[in-house]
Amino acid sequence: MAEPILECRGVSKHFGAVQALYKVDFEVLPGEVMALVGDNGAGKSTLIKGIAGIYPFDEGEVLFEGKQVSIHGPKDASNLGIEIVYQDLALADNLDVVANMFLGRERVQNGYIINEASMENSARETLDGLSVTTLQSVRQVVAGLSGGQRQSVAVAKAVMWNSKLVILDEPTAALGVAQTRQVLDLVKRLAEQDLAVVIISHNLHDIFEVADRITSLRLGQTVDLFTTSEVTQQDVVHSITAGRMKFVPGMEQEEATT
Amino acid sequence: MTADTQSPEELPPISRERKEPTNVSEYFQAWWVKVQAGDLGFLPIIIGLVVIILIFGTLDSRYFSERNFTNLLLQMAPFATIAIGVVFVLLLAEIDLAIAFNSAVGGVIMTLLLRPDDPGWPWPVAIGVALLITTAIGAVMGLIVTKAGVPSFVVSLAFNLGLNGVVLILMIEFSSSGTIRIADQTVRDISNAFLPDAWGWILGLGAVAAVTGAEILKYWTRQQRGLPNKPVGILGMQLGGLAVIVVGAVWYANTDRGVPFVMVVLGFFLVFWSFIAGRTRFGRHVYAVGGNPEAARRAGINVDRVKIAVFMIGGFMAGVGGIVIASRLQSVATNSGGGPLLLNVIAAAVIGGTSLFGGSGKVASALLGALVIGAVDNGMNLQNVNSGVKFVVTGLVLLAAVLADAFAKRRQAASGVR
Repeated sequence: MAEPILECRGVSKHFGAVQALYKVDFEVLPGEVMALVGDNGAGKSTLIKGIAGIYPFDEGEVLFEGKQVSIHGPKDASNLGIEIVYQDLALADNLDVVANMFLGRERVQNGYIINEASMENSARETLDGLSVTTLQSVRQVVAGLSGGQRQSVAVAKAVMWNSKLVILDEPTAALGVAQTRQVLDLVKRLAEQDLAVVIISHNLHDIFEVADRITSLRLGQTVDLFTTSEVTQQDVVHSITAGRMKFVPGMEQEEATT
Repeated sequence: MTADTQSPEELPPISRERKEPTNVSEYFQAWWVKVQAGDLGFLPIIIGLVVIILIFGTLDSRYFSERNFTNLLLQMAPFATIAIGVVFVLLLAEIDLAIAFNSAVGGVIMTLLLRPDDPGWPWPVAIGVALLITTAIGAVMGLIVTKAGVPSFVVSLAFNLGLNGVVLILMIEFSSSGTIRIADQTVRDISNAFLPDAWGWILGLGAVAAVTGAEILKYWTRQQRGLPNKPVGILGMQLGGLAVIVVGAVWYANTDRGVPFVMVVLGFFLVFWSFIAGRTRFGRHVYAVGGNPEAARRAGINVDRVKIAVFMIGGFMAGVGGIVIASRLQSVATNSGGGPLLLNVIAAAVIGGTSLFGGSGKVASALLGALVIGAVDNGMNLQNVNSGVKFVVTGLVLLAAVLADAFAKRRQAASGVR
């Protein structure tokens, strides 16, 4: 089996008295779509934010490409090649597609002048590479785009930086049928390009369509790791709602049998 | 990114191709579609300006005189100068209500430092110190807004009162009559000198040539990279239009006393700050923070630093405006920075098309808005109406501008342009 591009070993995180994550193991292989499922409060977002470096894990280690790393912020994450597309997309409505794709990382010439032409070239290449052809113009302001187009722009923004791992938080949550189709196709194309993709979703139908494997979380613990082709949606639902937990909360020494 | 792993044949066909207008008529069609969708750009303000000029022109033929034209330029220059700073602050969806008294602080401090023998500093030093202080005041406001998280409305309101007090204290301390005259001729010349005809032409045509050069360079670069360009005809019309306006203005001013020197100051800052806003990373970040602060933060932009820098720009331009005003009056007085100045400069930025909700507006809107305010003010002065009527009319113009903006926004929301 290939070496995981990202591996979390026994990571924990608590907020005050709330144990949000407890000794979670999680891994993604290159070229793989890994789905992360779980009910509300299962710790999906906490795990993602920990990986993104929004806050540090309390314990456990994170390995990227086999090497232990410590990520202290979005900059560190993107330097490693980890890009996260949040649910609310974080696009500036008043800026055009190119400006959004390069936001915070504008290319400059002579030290400070924005190199619009070069940025537009790359933006077009990336969008074309992902077969995003629904945009009329890359100079359109984002406010005028549909939900699917916005998601495409957000994903294209994430993959443009030679990223190796793209994490998508609920990418289809607010989309219609045709737009969901666009985004799922986009996810498949990312994996075809040998990127690792983590997709968080509540929609098992979508997950079964694109994911190679599924990690399910429950109450802050990893309960199951499925290979999509070997299980049914019922198995996953059962795991999400009633999966066997490895640890009894608050009693870490007494490991329950798994 | 590698595009070569793609196999488009296998993918479901997804709707239409990208297309951009390639000839003049297509460009106008696309523009008209945008206008109908409520993306008006500078259209309403230019129409408004023409209407205002026609109304006052028919009421009084002196309105079109060469003398009045240069007067108009002199009157609106300080508004436009300060409004540039306001545009930046509004781009962040913040407000700076202290901007008028900050400008007065700049004018008063410069004047005090210039008093002969006491201390009688040379004008560049006096101006430099004054601008340093107004910029620092902006920085302090920015720091409080960002670090303490207090709304800029309240912070700047407090500074508005406080700086009003500072102006009064300084004037009472250093002047018995309530006014201090500016002795330095160079400073008096800022708002009172006119360029010799030849220099008016050189600077005016030089500016047109510089813009043309920059546009041609941009066109050529995009051509080299195979990116779509706007049609040559459109580019020609835009540059031609600019040339006609500049040549017309210089010629008309030259038939009177010449181009006021203050227009060089204003022109420099308009070009400089337009460049900063439109072509630099900092400018891009200002728009991003105004449009979606959370997106900006996640993109690794230091939102606080951008905000503080923008309040500093506001303070700096207020200082420049204060110096321009002091120079025009050749003195400062206890009432410096008071009266309708604050509302006029904020109105100028808003009438020029800068949104109060952040993220949308151009530096040039400071000039257009100030021209409207100046044109109304000037026309009313010729009509000899009292200042009450003047305020009412200016208020109505502002209301009309805001309403036009609101209707445009609604159109845009309905048609999905923004």
